Amino acid sequence: MNILIGGAAGQGMDTIAYLLGKALVREGYGVLTAKDYMSRVRGGHNFTKLRVESKTPFAPAEEIDILIALNEETYEIHRESVVTAGRIIFDSDMFALPEVEKRGVPVPLQTLAKEAGGKIMSNTVAVGAALSLMNTSTLQADELLREMFDEKTAAQNSAALAAGLKNVERDSCFSMPPATNTGKHLFLAGNEALGLSALASGCNFLSAYPMTPATGIMAYMAGKQDQLDIVVEQAEDEISAINMVLGASYAGARVMTCTSGGGFSLMVEGLSLAGMTETPVVIIIGMRPGPATGLPTRTEQGDLDFALHAGHGEFPRAILCATVLEDAFYRLNKAFDLAEKYQIPVLFLSDQNFGDTARSIEPYDFTNLRYNRHLVNVENLERPYLRYRYSRDGISPRALPGQFPGETVLSDSDEHDENGNIIENAVTRKNMMDKRLQKMVPLADEMDEPIIYGHDSGNILLLGWGSTYGALREAVDILQDEGLKVTLLQFTDIWPLPVAAVNKLLPQAKVSFCVENNATGQFAGLLRRETGLSTDHKVLKYDGRPFLAKEIIREVKKHV
Amino acid sequence: MCKAGDYLAQGTAWCPGCGNFSILEALTEALAELKLSYHEVIMCSGIGQAAKMPHYVRLNGFNGLHGRALPPAVGARVANTSLKVIVESGDGDTYGEGGNHFIHNIRRNPDIAHFVHNNQVYGLTKGQASPTSEEGMKTGVQTAGVILPPFNPLTVALTMGAGFVARCFSGDKDHLKETMIAAITFPGYALIDILQPCVTFNKLNTYAWYKQRVYKPEDHNPSDWQAALTLSRQWGDKIPLGIIYNVPHPTFESHFPVLQGPPLATRPFNPANTSHLQNEFL
Repeated sequence: MNILIGGAAGQGMDTIAYLLGKALVREGYGVLTAKDYMSRVRGGHNFTKLRVESKTPFAPAEEIDILIALNEETYEIHRESVVTAGRIIFDSDMFALPEVEKRGVPVPLQTLAKEAGGKIMSNTVAVGAALSLMNTSTLQADELLREMFDEKTAAQNSAALAAGLKNVERDSCFSMPPATNTGKHLFLAGNEALGLSALASGCNFLSAYPMTPATGIMAYMAGKQDQLDIVVEQAEDEISAINMVLGASYAGARVMTCTSGGGFSLMVEGLSLAGMTETPVVIIIGMRPGPATGLPTRTEQGDLDFALHAGHGEFPRAILCATVLEDAFYRLNKAFDLAEKYQIPVLFLSDQNFGDTARSIEPYDFTNLRYNRHLVNVENLERPYLRYRYSRDGISPRALPGQFPGETVLSDSDEHDENGNIIENAVTRKNMMDKRLQKMVPLADEMDEPIIYGHDSGNILLLGWGSTYGALREAVDILQDEGLKVTLLQFTDIWPLPVAAVNKLLPQAKVSFCVENNATGQFAGLLRRETGLSTDHKVLKYDGRPFLAKEIIREVKKHV
Repeated sequence: MCKAGDYLAQGTAWCPGCGNFSILEALTEALAELKLSYHEVIMCSGIGQAAKMPHYVRLNGFNGLHGRALPPAVGARVANTSLKVIVESGDGDTYGEGGNHFIHNIRRNPDIAHFVHNNQVYGLTKGQASPTSEEGMKTGVQTAGVILPPFNPLTVALTMGAGFVARCFSGDKDHLKETMIAAITFPGYALIDILQPCVTFNKLNTYAWYKQRVYKPEDHNPSDWQAALTLSRQWGDKIPLGIIYNVPHPTFESHFPVLQGPPLATRPFNPANTSHLQNEFL
């Protein structure tokens, strides 16, 4: 069952998707919502796709069963994607459908909303109508309204919901798949999962500058300042944001900043500073299409090369990425742990597709999260304390300013000696470079091999990384149903690149594809540099939209 | 208890006769008078001759990037409010490369003492104009003389709402020390613009040039903002020294209830205790 809710920016598609989606999750359905919106506050054409299945889907579908058209433009743009047996709920107060259109379900959204208590509740009427078409009760939606609003507003919304429900002929209902999710499920978007993970990982200082599509992370965390030990500060620019979190990290906070490619460009000198001063920091890059301002509200995996190479000079870093809600929560926790264990910057790649897609998933297990500050303690403190003391694995003892009376902690962006004092002599320089880069050796052992999905060692191999997981997974399912043997390797940890699985499976595959949401195949390039291996084909998409499973299948079938 | 000399760490890379030496002395004397131990202070700096200060004192130090001394200092305050934070930077570092941070941290008002070594020239890069260079000053880059009017840090600070604005002269060390003590103990962002000669690159604003012009206004009321503004604009034949404005207002830190307890850096944490956060998504 696929629903598309469309209208102009400001018409409240988010509210409908949230209310409808969450009500269906509580009914036991598996739900996914994906947002497609323009970089504007009012007008234009925005929509949210909602997919409802027995089990939680991993990607949105293309065909539409129910179209909720809040304006005429939505009908014009999407009518051809609505299946023949589909239904089109439209606001009959605003416009009429052509006579030839037999799928229309007129609902006077504004009239019914006004009767219930106010025009603003048009969206709730639409939810009622949609639930009716899905032959689903409004019990859960009613309960949600009571959780969201005060008594009076909830009662008015409840009346609006009932009005929407009544307005639709029950005999035009769809037969729904069985709702088979048992137990309570979370319904949250990628950005919320990342914010939740940061908080649960003990992040207590976030400084950032608002930038789509990463702003949601900052907004979510800012909303928790009254409950948890966390300070969220909106910096004057991204340069300040990164330098602020580095100062805080140096002084003992567990820190993060989040941005998109343009903001990360401004942070790059600070990234290099983190490398030189060995200051732990987690940076989430919510990727969107560039260059420059690009497509601010769209998606792309175009900043992998940038993340790999950003920052002048040579220094160790780790790069992890968000593939799917079930993994990303724990993956970001790992980023915090690696940052402090190895005293390095850890870049965490997400994108609009991941950040703005919400799914129903089983609750997270918070006892699986790591929390270790990796600080020197009084038992193993060697005096005098030297911030950059040489060690076998390159990791120096990290103490905090003020931690030990009489001992000081000096960090320097200049090349420095073990104490942190500025130096220029060649021997110390080389020793310090070796010390820092030595950390890459144990760091490499921490990297997880990619997620393997589908056949253990199929003759068709798909490689992906990050948020393409959902579409790729669905493509594998469909191809396997057709009798093909397909293996998907989806990378979650990107740098240092874990190569064991790909070294084993890629040479065995009869035909292989690297699937990426960018124009140049950046991951394919990384793979070749690190392993000498190349896939036979690249499947690349860079129109600012996420992959659909059928697009991947079409490319695969060209070569199978 | 530490004596002033105990705060000295290692030999400096400054030119003989540099104004930085007396600034360093005044600072160590101020720290000794305030009875601050080495581990109780964080000094943040950017890049430049002034910004090398963390290497010459025995304190916690974060010697970051050019222009970026203030943001890490704010971060350090968030992480640990039990530590004093002092920022040392030059005129180019603070008013040029770091101009945006200067403006917005005055608005933010973190509890930081900011000592700007203002020698009206770029020292580390060998003598180019700084934002505070006099119009007409010729340099290897500004070959026909500086064409931009100088940046006035005191006026900017006052108009942005700074609570503590002062000017000192490196040639008057005792006055500088007393003003530093006032700045370090001031609750909020405290700026001292410290005039200092650059004996190597600034042949215009020499020790003698400053000495002839600086004076301490006798009946200035540092809680009178209008009078402070007028004083901040005085430059040329007479250059006023001293605390020209001193009226505290709520600090950045005071707005966060979470920062009122023990330092954020050392609070215990257990991820399992945050699992209730996911309930709102059920």
